Amino acid sequence: MKDVFKIGGREINSRLLLGTGKFSSNKLIPEVVETAGSQVVTIALRRVDPAYEEENIAAYVPGNCILMPNTSGARNAGEAVRIARLARAAGCGDWVKIEVITDNRYLLPDNYETVKATEILASEGFVVLPYMSPDLMVAKKLVEAGAAAVMPLGSPIGSNRGLRTKELIRILIDEIPLPIIVDAGLGRPSEAAEAMEMGAAAVLVNTAIATASDPVAMARAFRLAVEAGRLAYLAGPGETQEFARASSPLTGFLRD
Amino acid sequence: MMSFYNVLGRYKNFDFERFFEQTSDESIQRIIAKSRLTELDYLNLLSPRSEIYLEEMAQRAHRLTIQHFGRVIFLYTPLYLANFCVNQCVYCGFQIKNELKRKKLTLAEVAHEAEIISATGLKHILILTGESRRESPVSYIRECVEVLKKYFTSISVEVYPLEEHEYAELISAGVDGLTMYQEVYNEEEYAKLHLAGPKRDYRFRLEAPERACRAGIRTVNVGALLGLGEWRSESFFTGIHADYLQNAFPEVEVSISPPRIRPQVGGFQPGFKVTDKNLVQLMLAFRLYMPRGGITISTRERADLRDRLVKLGATKMSAGSCTAVGGRSDSESAGQFEISDERSVAEMAGMLYGQGYQPVYKDWQML
Repeated sequence: MKDVFKIGGREINSRLLLGTGKFSSNKLIPEVVETAGSQVVTIALRRVDPAYEEENIAAYVPGNCILMPNTSGARNAGEAVRIARLARAAGCGDWVKIEVITDNRYLLPDNYETVKATEILASEGFVVLPYMSPDLMVAKKLVEAGAAAVMPLGSPIGSNRGLRTKELIRILIDEIPLPIIVDAGLGRPSEAAEAMEMGAAAVLVNTAIATASDPVAMARAFRLAVEAGRLAYLAGPGETQEFARASSPLTGFLRD
Repeated sequence: MMSFYNVLGRYKNFDFERFFEQTSDESIQRIIAKSRLTELDYLNLLSPRSEIYLEEMAQRAHRLTIQHFGRVIFLYTPLYLANFCVNQCVYCGFQIKNELKRKKLTLAEVAHEAEIISATGLKHILILTGESRRESPVSYIRECVEVLKKYFTSISVEVYPLEEHEYAELISAGVDGLTMYQEVYNEEEYAKLHLAGPKRDYRFRLEAPERACRAGIRTVNVGALLGLGEWRSESFFTGIHADYLQNAFPEVEVSISPPRIRPQVGGFQPGFKVTDKNLVQLMLAFRLYMPRGGITISTRERADLRDRLVKLGATKMSAGSCTAVGGRSDSESAGQFEISDERSVAEMAGMLYGQGYQPVYKDWQML
């Protein structure tokens, strides 16, 4: 059975989205993308340089991928909107990952500005994927604002600390009628698998792959973990029990 | 928000010698393993005793740098616009008492230099002037920025300290970064080294980064000119200055530079020695203190040392540098100081790729 999900009307068949920063060479990107099997790849517009083909990060993303420029560097909604428009004008398409960060120590997103940027860009026809701190009310506002998916962080960008916001993400998965893509903080394939087992639609990984000793091998590991996690979710894992269930001390007497 | 001048005041009579005597191996080891260091933890790592832990510090600094910045080094190059100067800073090649050919680039010359530089692929430029509000006023700097933004996507300024509204003027013209070296944070030393001119105003200079941040600058780079003061305390003040700015202006990207003084016209001899080992220690200590803080290494340092600093916390390096006004088209012109690493941008890129690092030419898009 085909297991796909939709963003902005496009069928997406790979649940591992990739980031392209931090690699030791852009030349690694095509092989990493291919090995990961990714269909959606994000690039920072701040790094895109059409004037210098050899060093232009955008030129290394395979042509069959959906290019998703991100607004890295934006400090408020206005800057995110300007970056998105510049990206579209530069031929990067209609998809945009909104990153509005007003805190350079932890790189935590500014949810308020993110909602504002989402509203403006969605109304201009962009397919908007906002990166956010997991918060149910904010996620609902993003839905209203026209987001195409919601991307809560697992832990701060680049921290490799894993799924620290698990309980909050679980609530988003249960309550939000859009794909929930766990973005940021996943340091190990097992953590990506954990997010997928919970029912996340997809994960976005960058640092863990880009800074691995062997990024291509790590891309494969993440691909397998995402597939395994997804399969487990679809298979319907058994409930976990706090105690071994040998008897029913309270209700056992009801047995005939 | 309290000014950094007041923060610094807390250390006015601080006894660094005594503090360093009290550091212990146990506390240093514990600090190296911590995820969030306090001010005094940072000072501990700058102590003489911490020198035996340089390898441990280096391992952690290396991991932290890769985690936060990746295997990349951002590249930029300086462009000297003018060397007219009214200050008498005893250590500087451009100071008023030195006899050298004074020059400022015409806008046509700015465009010519920009063409030469942009042919190397660089997109980030740092523009410099001496301090002369008559010869290189803010309006002149702004006009140069208007020319340069046709060639570059990020423009930083390293010019005399400005008022907040003047920073705002340059920012609206296209400037996104500020470099401001305090030269020496020790106020008494500062007075001895700056004999005449507006630069004698220690506090106006110290608070310049704050004014630029309030005006909306994106990146600030601070530092002490190493050799002018005792390096351990100067590095400490640099680090807490960076930390202060990051706390006060969380949206700003903060970095430090550890420039060591170089030979220049005038032949000033620095009063304090800063060895390669000292330089590395301060970089590592800063990286552990501010894992996301940038560290910029200029061509003041030798090529062989710069190659090694790539893995010791550096995040940004200059390449293809020239410290003379119009020096890229006119080799006769005298520079502010002698550079040590004369490699071209392409040679620097080759070195970085050879070490498994990506040279990043563009990391900002003017909005």
